[in-house]
Amino acid sequence: MADLLFHEVLVPVLLIFAIMLPVVLTVAMFVYWERKVIGWMHVRMGPNKIGPLGLFQAFADVVKLLIKEVLVPTNANKFLFFLAPLLALIPALAAWAVVPFDQGMVLANVNAGVLYLLAMSSVGVYGIILAGWASNSRYALLGAMRSAAQVISYELAMGMALVCVLVLAGSLNLTAIVDAQAGPKGIFDWFWLPLLPVFVIYWISGVAETNRAPFDVAEGESEIVAGFHVEYSGSAFAIFFLAEYANMILISFLAAVLFMGGWLSPFPVSWGWIGHGSILWLFAKAFIFSFFFLWFRATFPRYRYDQIMRLGWKVFIPITIVWVLVAGCMKYFGWVTIGG
Amino acid sequence: MSRITSYFKSLLLIEMFQGMGLTLRYMFKPKYTMRFPMEHIPKSNRFRGLHALRRYANGEERCIACKLCEAVCPALAITIDSAPRESDGQRRTTRYDIDLFKCIYCGFCEESCPVDSIVETSVHEYHFEQRGENVVTKQQLLAIGDRYEQEIAADRAQDAAYR
Repeated sequence: MADLLFHEVLVPVLLIFAIMLPVVLTVAMFVYWERKVIGWMHVRMGPNKIGPLGLFQAFADVVKLLIKEVLVPTNANKFLFFLAPLLALIPALAAWAVVPFDQGMVLANVNAGVLYLLAMSSVGVYGIILAGWASNSRYALLGAMRSAAQVISYELAMGMALVCVLVLAGSLNLTAIVDAQAGPKGIFDWFWLPLLPVFVIYWISGVAETNRAPFDVAEGESEIVAGFHVEYSGSAFAIFFLAEYANMILISFLAAVLFMGGWLSPFPVSWGWIGHGSILWLFAKAFIFSFFFLWFRATFPRYRYDQIMRLGWKVFIPITIVWVLVAGCMKYFGWVTIGG
Repeated sequence: MSRITSYFKSLLLIEMFQGMGLTLRYMFKPKYTMRFPMEHIPKSNRFRGLHALRRYANGEERCIACKLCEAVCPALAITIDSAPRESDGQRRTTRYDIDLFKCIYCGFCEESCPVDSIVETSVHEYHFEQRGENVVTKQQLLAIGDRYEQEIAADRAQDAAYR
């Protein structure tokens, strides 16, 4: 009995914490890094007062948010109002279960990993929709509607992009997908090269999925104040924030896993230790991708709502559908080598 | 033809990459931020900040209560009372108040002063904690003058040729 408890409960719980705590800490540091990078791109310095180089800024913000009062609008549906942030956060964290960090280093080596990821990112929308509806505020409702429409449209493009990966890898298992990208040519064996247009579309859809600039009409502060989380304050707002940033980091990791060879090294094996795959390569790739999120935010103005829809439906989806065909041909006629 | 090229331009995201290149270049530029309490922006020697009343080198106050500054002040911020000094009967101010809320820091008082007594120093970091502290008295103005005399004299010397 004790043995069962240990293997079935304690070990998984510890493993979950071993993933969740770093994710939450990374979110904290990522917020700081975002403010730094955007500051630099604005020719400012960014936060630099709290702690060395302002490193403790994120923790000061967390403390500030936690000790603030959580206001509930009079006519809000209380139960749904507090359920919504949780519904946004839980899928964002749960999705990490299938992310492989290294060969065999994965919490749940699910065979339908990609499907699970798509499911989780879809469930995340419900948190946003509920938040907008339960707040009983016009701005929040508008933000929720925009967000729902946007996420659903871009999920299609993203799903089609993932289909291309699946066709080439021949598996829904994320570890198998990374293994399929291994090869003697290093960086040129990864899927970004045969799937370049799809890779770009996946990445842009990922930015749209997480409601980040330039696709952040859901919280367009110039029109609808803050969108779905207008009415949230204190720790409830902090949870939305956490979910959004956890999703950003997740999308960065997935881009690295699906298209950039996961933990594989870009250099040939003969180069010694830098030629061998390791978790550090995955972190480095994910870091570069997450930097793109900040880079986009500092560079591009917000899309108009109809432009977002046009881009998603009339550009991305046709291109991905065509490329599914191309990927099928690649696989069928053997134009690309899979798995070395 | 132009339609086809514009299709390719937007599909290849050329302008997007140009914009990103621009922001990336800006990321590594030197920053404009002044970390204020630690760093200060260079100030002109003609900066018009907090007021001060100056003294001669022998310690005698310069002001002779001519009231030109009071007359010229466009904001009516200066209030002066005068009387013969008890010790030697010289004409001196008994009261010299400047209301810093009224003052517009135009510098006319300094320009009008025949003896360079009232001056505006380059001090601009000061605050009030109580109601009424915005009215600075003669004693306070003299104390400010004593404290910053060196800077005041240096600023005036630098500008002497143009006055």
